[in-house]
This record gives sequence, C-alpha cells and structure tokens, in this order.
Amino acid sequence: MTPDPDRWPTPEPAVPAPAAPETAAPETSRPAAPWPSARPRLGGRARTALAVGRAAAAASRALGRGAGEVIGGRTALLLAPDLLGRLGRDRVLAMVSATNGKTTTTRMLAAALATRAPLARTGAGANMPTGHVAVLASRPLTRPAVLEVDELYLPQSVRVLRPRLVVLLNLSRDQLDRTGETRKVARGWRRILAESGPNAPLVVANADDPLVVWSAGGAARVIWVGVGQPWHDDARSCPACDRLIEFADDVSVRADGAQAIAAGESRPDGWRCTGCALRRPQTAVVLERGRLVHDGQSRDLRLALPGRANQRNAVMAAVAACALGVGYDESLPALARIGAVEGRYAVHRLPGARPSGGRVPSYRLLLGKNPASWAEAFEMLAGATRPLVLVLNARDADGHDTSWLWDVPYERLAARPPGAGPIVVSGERAADLSVRLAYAGVPHRTVPVAAAAIAAATADADPVPDSTGQRADVDVVANYTAFRGLDTTRGRRRTGAHW
Amino acid sequence: MNLSAVRIGLVLPELLGTYGDSGNARVLHQRLAARGLPAEVVSIALGAPWPVQCDLYVLGGAEDGPQRQVTELLAAERGLHRAVDANLPVLAVCASLQILGRSYDTSDGRTAPGLGLLPCTTTAPGPEDPRMVGEAVVDPDPALALPPVVGFENHAGTTRLDPGARPFGTVRSGHGNGDARSGVLVDGCWAGRVLATYLHGPVLALNPALADLLLGWVVGELPELPPDDPREQDALAAHRARLELSR
Repeated sequence: MTPDPDRWPTPEPAVPAPAAPETAAPETSRPAAPWPSARPRLGGRARTALAVGRAAAAASRALGRGAGEVIGGRTALLLAPDLLGRLGRDRVLAMVSATNGKTTTTRMLAAALATRAPLARTGAGANMPTGHVAVLASRPLTRPAVLEVDELYLPQSVRVLRPRLVVLLNLSRDQLDRTGETRKVARGWRRILAESGPNAPLVVANADDPLVVWSAGGAARVIWVGVGQPWHDDARSCPACDRLIEFADDVSVRADGAQAIAAGESRPDGWRCTGCALRRPQTAVVLERGRLVHDGQSRDLRLALPGRANQRNAVMAAVAACALGVGYDESLPALARIGAVEGRYAVHRLPGARPSGGRVPSYRLLLGKNPASWAEAFEMLAGATRPLVLVLNARDADGHDTSWLWDVPYERLAARPPGAGPIVVSGERAADLSVRLAYAGVPHRTVPVAAAAIAAATADADPVPDSTGQRADVDVVANYTAFRGLDTTRGRRRTGAHW
Repeated sequence: MNLSAVRIGLVLPELLGTYGDSGNARVLHQRLAARGLPAEVVSIALGAPWPVQCDLYVLGGAEDGPQRQVTELLAAERGLHRAVDANLPVLAVCASLQILGRSYDTSDGRTAPGLGLLPCTTTAPGPEDPRMVGEAVVDPDPALALPPVVGFENHAGTTRLDPGARPFGTVRSGHGNGDARSGVLVDGCWAGRVLATYLHGPVLALNPALADLLLGWVVGELPELPPDDPREQDALAAHRARLELSR
C-alpha cells in the first residue's frame, strides 16, 4: 500500500505498545483521532501573522543573519499569540524533552516516523516556541511533526500544542543560572503531565532516572523504558520526600570528593527511595548490551552513531515510534542509518586550524555541556588515544556559571592509555577549565582560540580511526556555543527552509 | 605542625553538591599534598556515623528540599556543633550559610530553624524578587588579610546579620547577602573560625589565598608552594580572569 503522503495512518502497532503496570488507561481514553486531510482552519489573523513571520525570516536571511527562525517565530507570535495552538491542532505531534540527548532523539523519532509518511521538517535545535512556529509553519500544515522541547518550556508547549506523545529522557543539572533548580523543572513537568483529560499525552519515560519517573508519575498513560542513566547526582535525594535514593549500580564514591561513578546500565532493581514508595517502575522494554529487548524479544540496534548515550536515545525513539504505529522492523533500520546530528559525532575540518606548513587537521566533535553529558562523552572517549581538545565558553546559551566543571570526574583523563596524544584546553573560559584540570592532575596546555588549539594538538599526529571507523586527527569536546563555533556543517544545513 | 594526615570533612556531598562545591575539599587536599603534607578527604555520607575527628569541614550549596533534610540531619547529629565548639575551621557556601544561621524561610513559606552556629537569619524573596545570580567580587574583612574573593552566586534568599555580627566581606560587585538596609551590601558571615559566603566557583579553586587561610588555621604556618606548581599558576590566572570579567 502506498501511503498518502499527507495522510498519517491510524496507529496499528506492529508490536503493541507496552503498557505500564497500573498506569495504562483503556485505549478509549483517547478517541480515534480524525487524521487530518483538510487544511487546518487557521483563521485570518493567524494567516497574516504567518505571512509577516515568513517575510521577517526571509529578510533576516537576506541580511545574512542566519535562518531567521527566531525572528520569524517571534514576529508571528506577537501578531497572533494563539498561532502555535492553531498550527498544532488536528495533527499528530510528538515532543522530546530532556537535559541531554533531545536533539538526537528528536531526529531519530522523526526518521522512524518518516518511514510511514512525510513529516514537517524538524528544526535545527529549535526547541523553544519561536522555533516551533518555524517547524509547524512548514507546508503542508497537516503533516505530523516531532518537536524538540527545551526543559523549561515543556509545560507551556504541552499546554498549548497538546501533543499526542511526549518522550522524557533524563533530567539533570544544566545552566543552573537560568533554570534555578533542577527540581523546579521536574515540578513543572509533573504538574502539566498530571493534568488529565481526553487530550493528555501518552508519555514514554526513562525508568532509570528518578526525576523523570517522579515527573511522569502523575500522567494517565506512561510507557516506562529502561535505558540506564550514568549520572545520579541530581537524584540522590527523593523529589517526593527528600529522603535518600539508593542506586544499585553505583560503582564507586571517591574519597577525595569526586562524585560517584555509575555503571549506567538499566537493571530492574535500579533504584528506590529509602523514605517513600518511589522506586524504579517495571519496564516492558529495556536496553541490554546494545540491544533493544521487548517482552523477551531482542533486536540489534546497529547504530552508525557511537556510544551508549545514542543507544539510549535510539531505544526511547523506537518505543515512541512503536506507540505511534511504526514497528521496530521499520524504525530500527531508519535509526541505524543516522550518521551525524547537528554536527555531533561528525568529523570536521577547519581551514583556519592549519598548523604552520601542515595539512588541515580533522577533528571528531563531541558535546560536553554539563556533568551528565560529560559522563556520556567519557563513555565515548574510553580508550581513545587521539590528542584531545576541550573547549569551554560561558555565554547565555551555555549558562554563565562554570562551577559544574568540578562535578565532572576529569581525574579520568589523568589515566589515558600509553602513547595518548596531548590535551589542550581552549575557549573563552579556558582559565576555569585549566584550573580544574590542574587540580585533577591532568597535564595540559592552554591555547585560547579553538582553531589554534586544534592545530597545536595535531601538529604531529596521524589520523586515528575509532570504533566507528571514522578517521580524525583529534577529538574535540566542546560545550554548547563552543561546539556551534566548530560545527562546520552548520552553515550548510538548510535550517530556514520551512519558512 | 600537625604531622598526622589532615582530615578534611566533606559534609553530605550527595545533598550539598549541586553547584560543584565539593571541589573545595579537593582543592584543600591538593594544596596540602603539593606541599608534601599528608591529607585525606573524609566524605561524610548520609546515614553513616559522623567521623570521630576531622580537622576542618566544608559544606556546599543545595536545592531547597535537600537543604531542609541536611538541616534536620545536622541538628540531630550535632557533629558540626562539636566542631565549632572545638574552634575547628568550617567553610559554608550558599545554602550551608543559611543552614548554619539561626533560621531560614523555606520555599513553602515556613520558617525553619537553622543550626544557630552563625548570627544571621535568611528570609524568602517576595514573589516578584528575582534570584540573585551572577559573577560576584567580595572584599573580605581586612582582618582576614585576603585579596578580593571572586565567584558566582545563585540564590533567592536574603540573609540578614544580627546587630554586631561580622560579614565575610563587603560586596564590590554582585549581591552577596542581598540585604540593602544599611546601604552597604555585604556577603556571608564570619564568626570565630567559621567562614560563610554565597560564592560558588568553587570559591577555594578560584581564590587560593582563602584556601591557604583555612589550611593555616589547621597546620599553622604553611610552606610555600613551588612557584611553578600548575595548580597555583592556574588558580591565580583564573582569579585574574574573574576580576577582569566583573570589571
């Protein structure tokens, strides 16, 4: 059967969506949706707002100010504050939120759903309402969409857009100068997801993150998925009662004050509160040694993307796709093909990074923007011998406080394999990173400009392949804005095409 | 000089570790080790008995819920009271400043008793009051003979010192305790060998002279660090960079 490209099929899961114990409501709680085939009724004001927004975005592009998503979205929302609700109505919407992994998982879920029908173009990290306007304004307006949603904006986005499904991956400290407290974010999630009613979304949630479980705990329908979580230190005390939470996979607590290191694997006895009934819920789907295991049936993931973090993302995306009617046989091959996401894990070359007389060095780019994402970066760097460049900024999008560097066990870099290349620190806040590494006993030097740091690190190095077979001279781990500055695919992506 | 290993008590890092402040213990440990002085960090874990003897204690920042739990635990255990009675040095950062005071307001609108180890009280912000967030520079009390102290603050509560109580220092930039009644903003509190500040960073990583002041209170006169020690070089560079940032 050839699917009508603008018509989204009624979900008929190839593998039935697993139901969470005691939280599954009968399927009748959501009436079979009238899948849209007619143009949504936007109304005159919203149409005008969209037209003006498109013009503003085009003007921004013409002036070379970028894709114009933000300015276009902001303009359109000013003219028609209810625009998002109108754009989201009568179509299939899924949302992905988390501290880490939301961009990749959004891309994965979109790839899985696109095996069935064309989707609205997914924004390039556009995870706030202004960016969502750009995604949802792509024509035709009836297409299903997967939205990446900033943690703080999830309550507002769920309320306005009424998604069919919400994926929650993890929640940990990040940009505390902006969010204030991680628990405050969790409270916002819990409140909106507990609001029941016929339009309450189905939640696909990571059972191994206590803050996620507490947040999703009030939702009418939850699918719990066990994908593991290598970072526990924001959930040491219970979000419900403040008492201690015990984790089964803590590997060590270092006496010198470094944080506990977790194995990060999913296990049924993963965690429980010592003071109340909050504990890891039972799961029907888990990630086990790189395989998706659903009701005893095991499937290989075979991802092109490296690392356990991406295996976690892939399993969450596959379960979400399954719940929307796309079975694993269709979704997993689509996920496996994804090679790089917004420049992450890709090998780049910066012309400005040429060492004197040498060739242009290549670098594999990884994101390390908070302690939990660094835990994932360490998983990817394990055993790596390439020279290593660490780049740190502290702009608005990074968070201004760099104290979190002291929650990252950089001591691990003091024990690199024999023959490993040098470590160079860089970025606008290289001084903060340098003092952290000095106290961790990690020999390094500082080169403030990132391109020069890459050149300095690679002066004599030969390209080394990693476990994925990629050849690169150097590994670069950068936080958000530093990463964007080194992502050479950024200019080439057609991020503004939807307008 | 104390020849047995200096024991640095890191108090409840699982709950007081939100803003990287456990790094203060690591800095103290390393600055002793760099001088050839034996030292160990004693992590005081939730549920474990209070260690028999530490030589100084460090406490960090926390979110609201954990802050309440820490206060209850320390009030019941009284190990920190004994340490203060014995005139041992204590460094308390952010939420721990509030915990050591006489009382603080909780996010659900109640006033919780503190440990009463510092002469101050903390009140909750009004609904319209913004959190006090950003880079800060504090000129410590001249009697401490320290260069300006740099760091990053992120808190909502306003801390008021009792009449006659000494702050840690006066605020050159930032908010500190946030109490503008006297027209002079001050940060933290200083009583005996208890130093409290709102500054994260961690504050001892960015302010090596402050770290050495605390260590001096334990071991007496400290040997000089080798001038080419990378920890010292980098800490001084980071201190300079922060002063520049707040200019």
